[in-house]
Amino acid sequence: MFSYTFHWNQALKALPQMLDGALVTLQIALLSMAIGLAVALALTLFRLSGNRILGGFATAWVEIARNTPALFQIYMAHFGLGSFGIHLSPYAALLVGIAFNNAGYLAENFRGALKAIPETQTRAGRSLGMTSLQAFRYIVMPQMLRVAFLPATNQMVWAILMTSLGVTVGMNTDLAGITQELNARSFRTFEFFAIAAVIYYLIAKAVTLAARLAAARMFRY
Amino acid sequence: MIEIENVRKSFGQLEVLKGINLTVEKGEVLTIIGGSGSGKSTLLTCINGLETIDSGRIVVDGTDVHAKGTDLNKLRRKLGIVFQQFNAFPHLTVLENVMLAPVKVLGQSKAEAEAMAVKQLTHVGLGDKLKVYPSRMSGGQQQRMAIARALAMSPAYMLFDEVTSALDPQLVGEVLDTLRMLASEGMTMICVTHEMKFAREVSDRVAFFHKGVMAEIAPPEALFGAPKDADLKTFLAATH
Repeated sequence: MFSYTFHWNQALKALPQMLDGALVTLQIALLSMAIGLAVALALTLFRLSGNRILGGFATAWVEIARNTPALFQIYMAHFGLGSFGIHLSPYAALLVGIAFNNAGYLAENFRGALKAIPETQTRAGRSLGMTSLQAFRYIVMPQMLRVAFLPATNQMVWAILMTSLGVTVGMNTDLAGITQELNARSFRTFEFFAIAAVIYYLIAKAVTLAARLAAARMFRY
Repeated sequence: MIEIENVRKSFGQLEVLKGINLTVEKGEVLTIIGGSGSGKSTLLTCINGLETIDSGRIVVDGTDVHAKGTDLNKLRRKLGIVFQQFNAFPHLTVLENVMLAPVKVLGQSKAEAEAMAVKQLTHVGLGDKLKVYPSRMSGGQQQRMAIARALAMSPAYMLFDEVTSALDPQLVGEVLDTLRMLASEGMTMICVTHEMKFAREVSDRVAFFHKGVMAEIAPPEALFGAPKDADLKTFLAATH
């Protein structure tokens, strides 16, 4: 019946190795968020531009990113692009895949946040002689980022968890990849994955807490 | 000089300006009175190009506002406008609100813009609120900040669009006092207002708008003392 014997010692010995992996995980998540935020801002401007081609491009991006599995997006970045002769390393493919996903969700998040900012704010800026881009940059965007900040932290947590999908494209230096390799060698599946899960949990919690503190500092108005 | 020639403007089926002709000289204080929907506020936003016009011409210091190729961003530097809603930028302090456009639009240095902002804010009585966020201030204070923000651009003209209409009654006075001060300093102003006593006091001329037409324009004594237009008489009787 229940004949599994726990071997925690073996798993705990691998902890430093797993923590190194956790750093890679955090690095990919942070980079993917930075890229995702920049792209989401561009997509938001495309949508606001009134240009049909740019707007259509942004809408297509958001639709695909939000309505297809993240796993497929990462697969596409690795094997899909590979079919066309563009070969991304597992690291790069994972980063591109998650950044693609982040950008889509964040752009939609921004769209919702924009609705909370009255049109009269832009009018006031334009009345002071600002171009529409200046009014967006200095008046609308800062307010939009505030409204979108806490929902964006959810996406950051999601990005951290999504990095685990990297194992499917041969990623073996992040937390999931290292855990998978340790497991393959030792078959201490439960122990390794339980420890990895705790590490994911702690990273996610730390990020959420840090975001709350940062929000309290940044948004004093 | 602001020259308004036969300006027409419709929103869909509704014609809100039916051929307005009006000239405002440098240094003049013109107030526009009239009922809701008479087109007075629309005229102001047409003057600074926030709204387009269907026909006619608006010329500000020789620049045709609605002509193709007119740099509206540049033109708006000389046309300060303050709205009924204060439109404070909530994410910026009072000082930053006033400094933003001079730095970003006029390219002033921070020090230059700050000196100007402090001067204008002190002028409207907010010298002690520089570091405060707008959400911490009353409507009257926010509206005075909006006035200082417009003045910091050193505009040649100031347009006021019912700037006291969204204020609690006890806060109206402080904003009107600010407008009186500007008028006495020789600022060229067009004020759309419902404050008849104020219009009577500060104006060189008062214009009465009714259903998209400028039904009467005259110095305040004449317009309030001996109104000729029948609709104006009804309007004045109703407001007293």
